[in-house]
Amino acid sequence: MASSNDNPALLDIAEVSKSFGSVSVLRSVSLQVAKGEVVTIIGPSGSGKTTLLRCVNFLESYDSGSIRIDGKEVGFRDGGARQRRSERDLAAMRAETGMVFQSFNLFPHLTAAGNIMLGLTKVRGKSKTEARSISEHWLSRVGLAHKADSLPAELSGGQQQRVGIARAVAMEPKILLLDEITSALDPELVGEVLAVVRSLAEDGMTMVMVTHEMAFARDASSRIVFMADGGVSAVGPPKEVLAAETTNERLRAFLARFRASHF
Amino acid sequence: MGYTLNFNLIWRHFDKLWGGLLLSLELAVISIAIGIVIGLVLAVWYVSAGRVVRAIIAAYVEFIRNVPLILLVYLVFYGLPTVVDLAYSAPTSFVLTLSVYSGAYLVEVFRSGLEAVPRGQLDAGKAIGLTPWQRLIHVRLPTMLRITLPALSNTFISLFKDTSIASVISVPELTYGAQWINFNTFRIVEVYLVTTAMYLLTGYTLLFALRLVERRFRAAR
Repeated sequence: MASSNDNPALLDIAEVSKSFGSVSVLRSVSLQVAKGEVVTIIGPSGSGKTTLLRCVNFLESYDSGSIRIDGKEVGFRDGGARQRRSERDLAAMRAETGMVFQSFNLFPHLTAAGNIMLGLTKVRGKSKTEARSISEHWLSRVGLAHKADSLPAELSGGQQQRVGIARAVAMEPKILLLDEITSALDPELVGEVLAVVRSLAEDGMTMVMVTHEMAFARDASSRIVFMADGGVSAVGPPKEVLAAETTNERLRAFLARFRASHF
Repeated sequence: MGYTLNFNLIWRHFDKLWGGLLLSLELAVISIAIGIVIGLVLAVWYVSAGRVVRAIIAAYVEFIRNVPLILLVYLVFYGLPTVVDLAYSAPTSFVLTLSVYSGAYLVEVFRSGLEAVPRGQLDAGKAIGLTPWQRLIHVRLPTMLRITLPALSNTFISLFKDTSIASVISVPELTYGAQWINFNTFRIVEVYLVTTAMYLLTGYTLLFALRLVERRFRAAR
């Protein structure tokens, strides 16, 4: 029953629900992402965007439904019973996805190169020299070749976030998850980070991102998902979803409020 | 004022103080080293354990923190050997006591440090696929160390001073040496002035060294 399909989705989220106590944050969310797609999730705060993203690499568990990457269930063991994977298995599964965080979350005691090398040496089992050259490759790719030996505290927000991206992609993940990666940045630093994301998209990196950068979402996404109240309210190509004449009341209200406050 | 300071007798017996200082340092270093092991193990255990283990560790910490060290020293040196069939020297007994004592204080320091590690860093460690053990070694402990170094320095200095209590069971450390000279020369002012200066200088040197380490950890390489 797994992946005999001819064109299986790389990421298959099926009827995922989750609640914190009595508050339902995800209501039967389903979403398929094909290889090479860039899917952007938008929606008002509290709509479950970030929670959904964190379920994909099992930083958060969920109550029902399933999330599969390449046909393999992420957080739970294969087979009937819903049994959480061992921590070791979870770690191995998480290595298949990369994540970039709103607050960068670089390891403060490691240099830019050191941040990238940690996963390469400890998880991928690469030698120090190899890991170093991979990290230098990715640092130059994000325009920070000269900052390899700088500590995070010596970097600007935009530079830290670019290291965060390099750290995630250096692991060669199947999917890159981007969680509001420009929200903590000063406006003048947003551009340099989005440029990196755009170039990754051009390389064919599969990405799922949560963002409030509507112009970027419109230009860079294959599809846009609009979430409201923990559910997928609209999904489609950017032109359709962001069209002003949409009949989806919620979406129209969101876009109207968004245009009012951002333009 | 009929009292004139005369340090000659102090210098004549200075080996008692110098030897005492070296023993004080030795007691402190060994006890703190054992205390660090106790503290680290229990702190790591505490933050990942269930309610029962937490309660037991908390009870140990509270017991130690609410009983004067001098009483613990008496209990271990005079009390314990009468209950269980054990024989140990006074220095060994004191190291045992101070280790358990410093362990309790260090559990608290390490535990609060571990809990202060930002969750985002742990998430980042998970996201790149590190196992729990790898996250502990490569993410949590290094950050914890940076957070706790100032508190750690203070605890170390304070534990060094606590070695003076070993004098009550006749361990010939610095304070005991001072008492010996006092009993034998009656130069009480001089001997305690010199002893105070020795504690002060040693404490300052330790603090200075630890601050250097702190700065090294913080500053860029």
